[in-house]
Amino acid sequence: MLDIVNEELAKTDIEPIHFDHDCREGICGMCSLVINGVPHGPQAATTACQLHMRSFKDGDAIYIEPFRARAFPVIKDTIVDRSAFDRIMQAGGFVSVNTGGTPDANAIAIPKTASESAMDSAACIGCGACVAACKNGSAMLFVGAKVSQFADLPQGQPEKTARAKAMVAQMDTEGFGNCSNYSECEAVCPKDIKVSVIAKMNREYLSATVKTLS
Amino acid sequence: MASTQTPTTKKQPQQNQSSTPFTSASIGKKVLMAFSGIVSFGFVLGHMLGNLQIFLGQEQINAYAHSLHALGAGIWVIRIVLLFFFVLHIFLGVKLKAENLRAKPVGYKFNETVKASLSSRTMIWTGVTILAFFIFHILHYTARITDPRFLQLSLDLAGRFDVYSMVILGFESPLISGFYILAVGLLCFHLSHGLYSMFQSLGLTTKSTSKMLHKFAHLVALVLFLGFAAVPVAVLANQLPLPNSEIPTEEALDTLTTESPNQISTDSGGVR
Ligand code: HEM
Ligand code: FES
Repeated sequence: MLDIVNEELAKTDIEPIHFDHDCREGICGMCSLVINGVPHGPQAATTACQLHMRSFKDGDAIYIEPFRARAFPVIKDTIVDRSAFDRIMQAGGFVSVNTGGTPDANAIAIPKTASESAMDSAACIGCGACVAACKNGSAMLFVGAKVSQFADLPQGQPEKTARAKAMVAQMDTEGFGNCSNYSECEAVCPKDIKVSVIAKMNREYLSATVKTLS
Repeated sequence: MASTQTPTTKKQPQQNQSSTPFTSASIGKKVLMAFSGIVSFGFVLGHMLGNLQIFLGQEQINAYAHSLHALGAGIWVIRIVLLFFFVLHIFLGVKLKAENLRAKPVGYKFNETVKASLSSRTMIWTGVTILAFFIFHILHYTARITDPRFLQLSLDLAGRFDVYSMVILGFESPLISGFYILAVGLLCFHLSHGLYSMFQSLGLTTKSTSKMLHKFAHLVALVLFLGFAAVPVAVLANQLPLPNSEIPTEEALDTLTTESPNQISTDSGGVR
């Protein structure tokens, strides 16, 4: 829809509306529009790029706004700077692999339930809609998903204590708000991540705190 | 080793073992919030059970109140512990709210809420109202300085302070009863989100239990509300009789208005 608006604008001397997008198939997490007050618009579990105009009636007014949060400064129009998420990932959202021979696939046994729940968390595309929807500008759904996806798997175990602490510390440093358990993030998440990942992160953080007491 | 590290600046991701102290980390504050909330909730639950003993009659409630006061220093220990957690809860509640407002400096023109309940969005307001109510409640029934009649109550048959009559006299005013009912209503509204939130903050929820815990929180809040509201409602509906000794006579009412320190009546004989 914005493409058509912008094509029209291009014919005039008004500057086109800037907006982020990349894949347009709902997998990259670049699109970042708040449509009628809801990040990614009215359709549940759908990114803005996959939201079809048939979700609206003829003649409806549509409000489009950028993601709003202190940690996501607006760059231009609806484009915001989400690099805070990258810094959180750099702080602990990884598994260190020392070089050497390629390990055998399936050498590590992983229970089906663990791989399923890790996969549910890993479905997060890091779009930041959770932050945009949260009335506190909190990033806990995102960080919760990222902490959980590793905490569920054997590969994530060696670094789990440091990871939980470092990612939470970075999240706080970036100026995201605290969670008030509104569950608003869960409602808008295009990948249907549940707030149970936040509870999981809280557990991980608590156990990391206890472990590092000594 | 973590403690010797200098604070990292915003743009540098922290490497490995870095950490903020538990009490200033977002999750740490939420855990303390939840813990101080449970302690306050424990008090509120115990208080409701205590109150309901009024339905067992004057003897029972006065004996219960007397046994609490007989704890001597013990009651002060309990009061101080409760006060500590209550103050911590309020302090953190205000701090979290301030930080959260800072984290979202610009709102949306088109403001929409998809899922967040009204109770979750009004925690700070219900909280502040509860605080105002608590202060009034303590002046009213604990310090007993808002109602001159309470100091003139005669002791009961066993020579104890007559809590039973005090509560009935206090709730006979529809204004006061109404305020109490409204305030406990807001407290329970606070808890209808707070109790669920507490499980979530402490990491005790999972995908499959979260719905059930929501229901549990609502149910407990409702039970608490009914338990608290029952006493003022019963008094307003004349279901709790005053003992004969405390039924004010014309004469007593006169002395009251002249603020005489005389006791209303020395005649004893409680009615069950
Ligand atoms: C007896 C009285 C009270 C009880 C039993 C109580 C209980 C609770 C509980 C269980 C929570 C949930 C904690 C969590 O999210 O993990 C909570 C949250 C909260 N309480 Fe209270 N509370 C009481 C009084 C107050 C007062 C007086 C205030 C005044 C400012 C207050 C402000 C808050 C706020 C702002 C939150 C939400 C914090 C957040 O999630 O951001 N509460 N309360
Ligand atoms: S543009 Fe890639 S998810 Fe929307």
